[in-house]
Amino acid sequence: MNGTVVRLTYRALLGGRRAWLLLLMSVLLLSMAVLLRIAVGVDHQVTADFLGAVAVAALVPLFGLIVGTGVIGPEIDDGSIVYLLSKPISRPKIIMSKLVVAAAGTVLFAAVPTFVAGLVMSGTTGRIALGFGAAALVASLAYSAIFLLLAVVTRHAVVYGLAYALIWEGLLGSFVPGARTLSVQQWSLSLTEAIATRDIVSSDVRLAVAGVLLAVVIVGATWYAGQRLRVLTLAGDE
Amino acid sequence: MTEQTPSGVIHDIGYRKYDGARLGRARVARALYAHSLRGAYGLGRSAKAKVLPMLLLGVMCLPAFIIAVIANVTSTITAELPLPYSRYVVVTQGILTIFVAAQAPASLSRDLRFKTVPLYFSRPMERTDYVLAKFAALSTALLMLIAAPLLIMYVGALLAELPAWEQTSDLLLALLGAVVFSVVFAGVGLLIASLTARRGFGVAAIITVFALSFAAVSALQGIIRYEVEDIDLAGWLGLLSPITLADGFQTWVLDASSSAVAPPPGAAGGVVYVLVTFAVIGACWALLNLRYRKVSA
Repeated sequence: MNGTVVRLTYRALLGGRRAWLLLLMSVLLLSMAVLLRIAVGVDHQVTADFLGAVAVAALVPLFGLIVGTGVIGPEIDDGSIVYLLSKPISRPKIIMSKLVVAAAGTVLFAAVPTFVAGLVMSGTTGRIALGFGAAALVASLAYSAIFLLLAVVTRHAVVYGLAYALIWEGLLGSFVPGARTLSVQQWSLSLTEAIATRDIVSSDVRLAVAGVLLAVVIVGATWYAGQRLRVLTLAGDE
Repeated sequence: MTEQTPSGVIHDIGYRKYDGARLGRARVARALYAHSLRGAYGLGRSAKAKVLPMLLLGVMCLPAFIIAVIANVTSTITAELPLPYSRYVVVTQGILTIFVAAQAPASLSRDLRFKTVPLYFSRPMERTDYVLAKFAALSTALLMLIAAPLLIMYVGALLAELPAWEQTSDLLLALLGAVVFSVVFAGVGLLIASLTARRGFGVAAIITVFALSFAAVSALQGIIRYEVEDIDLAGWLGLLSPITLADGFQTWVLDASSSAVAPPPGAAGGVVYVLVTFAVIGACWALLNLRYRKVSA
């Protein structure tokens, strides 16, 4: 990890108006949680449905996508990455620094609000908030790593990442049950299932399997991104 | 100093003035429309630019093909398609979102980034012509993306000898609905894309608006309809996402089968859906024109 790279990435990602735009999305989640608490009262199934559908299935992947590709994508796009690559810092180290910022950003803006939304809606009952917070936390790490890799591999990272999040996890997952075993969303939900004491969430993947797959994906994606950055070719704009 | 006769001569190297017909505003706008429409599918651009739109077109058509096959296999049992035409758009809304997110910024942001917009406006082309050409081009591209699978389903239905008249009228109504979907999608997408010269930010912002609003609205609608059992409030919530808005429009105006969790509530709700749909389209048009009064972002 390199402090300077971390600082520059952090400023590029969250400098100016961008932090406020990201914060707006977190505030949206929290305000919906508050509204539901007022309208519905305390209903743990509602909490699980809401956090499952909005936070874990939409907000966390979207944040992972925007932040994960945002830490390196624009630099590759406008070619200014060459100034970073020409410094005597190893490429895997650059990736690590970028990943730290991406993961921290996703955790801060998506996982923490998920946990707080859970607290607002269900309090500490049944460790529901904790379960969803933990799921959002590991999903944030996994999505950041995957989408950072994607941003190094292709210039259309956001689009392909979205195709994975919407078509694979959403559309295909609802028709083809097998697709669900290979989905970050289900892996992280297995953690919720294990932590929450009430039977409100079910995942298609067992916890042990999910844990191993998550670890493999996070480490593997980060390692491979480092390798790909070593042989990065800068293409012109088509 | 003695007078010197000039020694150089200006050679006539054959430059000629253009004396053909000048085609004017309408033709410029038409050319830009055709160029943008082709660009949305990557035609006339590099092979790499063709991959994504063509892939999306293929993915969009695949379920329609499967539905057509199923309709043929089961034609002895049922006289209906497994999925009505008018629900196809909402089922595949993810693909449409990706298409808009990828192609709306591609259509506008490069003009902003490489500062070609002033060059356009130095021609006899007005600002509204530019906006109209881009808006119409993306709407047409989206309409083609929706219409292609619907036509595949229609051909499949006819081959399965389902009642032809019923199928034709259903298809025409669904195509009308598709027009509303494409114009709403194109308007919102282009408006967001026109605000940034960075393609990446444009893509991310469009995705956030469409995908997050749809997920949030659907989840809230489901909870309010089934847990609170307030179907009217759930119906009103559909106004907050472009996808459920256009779906409510076609449910009420074109009598389509709704794909949203809750349809527009009653006649008043239906009228409001129609008004809001037109207001959104009009607002996108007005704001785009306002945006292009000034060239720089």
